[in-house]
Amino acid sequence: MPEHVASPDLITRRQLLAAATVTSVLLSPMARAQKTIELPLPGGPDTRPITTAFPQKGPMILQRTRPPLLETPFEVFDEGTLTPNDKFYVRWHWAVIPTNIETDKFSLAVHGHVNQSLSLSLQDLLELPSVELIAVNQCSGNSRGFFEPRVSGGEWANGAMGNALWTGVRLKDVLDRAGVKPGAVQVRFKGMDEPVVAEAPRFMKSLDIEHARDGEVMIAYAMNGEQLPLLNGFPLRLVVPGWYATYWVKMVNDIEVLDQPDVNYWSKVAYTIPDTPHASIEPGQTNVRMVPINRMVPRSFVTNLTAGSAVRTEIPVMFRGIAFGGDCGVAKVDVSTDHGKVWRETQLDQSESKYGFRKWETQLTFPVPGEYDVQVRCTNSDGVAQPGIPNWNPAGFMRNVIESIRVAAN
Amino acid sequence: MFRSLVLLIIVSSVASTPSVSVGATRIELKSTKVDLPESDRMFPDGQGSDAINNNCLACHSAGMVLNQPAMSREAWTSEVKKMINNYKAPIAPEDVGAIIEYLVSLKGAK
Repeated sequence: MPEHVASPDLITRRQLLAAATVTSVLLSPMARAQKTIELPLPGGPDTRPITTAFPQKGPMILQRTRPPLLETPFEVFDEGTLTPNDKFYVRWHWAVIPTNIETDKFSLAVHGHVNQSLSLSLQDLLELPSVELIAVNQCSGNSRGFFEPRVSGGEWANGAMGNALWTGVRLKDVLDRAGVKPGAVQVRFKGMDEPVVAEAPRFMKSLDIEHARDGEVMIAYAMNGEQLPLLNGFPLRLVVPGWYATYWVKMVNDIEVLDQPDVNYWSKVAYTIPDTPHASIEPGQTNVRMVPINRMVPRSFVTNLTAGSAVRTEIPVMFRGIAFGGDCGVAKVDVSTDHGKVWRETQLDQSESKYGFRKWETQLTFPVPGEYDVQVRCTNSDGVAQPGIPNWNPAGFMRNVIESIRVAAN
Repeated sequence: MFRSLVLLIIVSSVASTPSVSVGATRIELKSTKVDLPESDRMFPDGQGSDAINNNCLACHSAGMVLNQPAMSREAWTSEVKKMINNYKAPIAPEDVGAIIEYLVSLKGAK
């Protein structure tokens, strides 16, 4: 499917029209009978269309058409630890997104506080040593729709995240080629997307120079072994393992080494969190010190059953799901059916990457009929466990409360 | 031999499609052209709907707003001000009040 969209020049216009006719005949009845999903979010509205209208994407939860916000349907996370490219969530800030990327015309600029400014072609990057890493990419506001009291923003359920095998080059190698001058403090990344209003701030994010040169941060040209879908940042996207996706700048074509801290809107004002445990404050609390959002925190989910599922009593019922440690690996995943009095350790699948999703599985037996809250809790390899109380902040960032689904045993 | 040379030339002429082999996979980067869907959704009719349709839909589709939870007048006011001050939405000053009133009547917290 991506190939079809990606290389229209390889087939004739007549073939393209024929294909389009066939597609419209096959798909139009379904498109008309539009499917929807209930997320469900406290207080609503929680109905969203399922859309197939976006290029290189299968059925996605439509949060916003323009600029696109597309959520991954949660059942995808039960299918495997890697999130397929055509089901990977999408989040853009500005509406002017290039829709025609010619690989031989693209270049990546590296400039600023460096010995030698660079303009690198995609071929230049492909000739540098390649590295691969599996890592979770999660929106800062994933699960925002579950905040209570509710807050404004993209009203996501839990599907603004995904896990992929990223292939690319080390940012460090690119910076070394340019030669970072002494006194550099941060590195700023800018993509090709632009605001409709020219005076609005272009989307840019920065990393500290040590972080940028840690050998893990990469410039990815592939995702799950293929070029990135355009909506996930084709041709190049920054990968910042363990950090929220706001730093994973899409369609990145400009890297600027700074000798002063970045004070642009997206680094200094937007994407900031209270400098408190769990980035949590009381609604209405003021005079809070704010800091840029940064490392991710552990999370875990049941993926094979949903709230309201019916299960049998007396016989073992299999529960499985995914967990990730945030900025480090998963140490253990526990479940409880008695509101946290007793936690039982689940069986973890082998680790593919400390930054990736990890599968867990367990059997639970419900002795008597009734409703049970099945809670799942990840503890990461730094010993940080998911909290029992939801955090709250006005931007709806960093939710990682212990998840719970109520099942009916009978 | 000659044939394989011809093939080579063809391959290298296509090589404006950059590619690299990583482990067992060969990654090719092909020029990509897509169409992004537009939304024709308008805000529901009501007092102020013209103001919100005319000022807000240039930068984002209506679904973003219609998916928001019910919020207080204060929260809607600060939302509209954020669009103007932070994101430079060119909203005519005389429309600001009408947009806030529309949002409060459509999605005000009870």
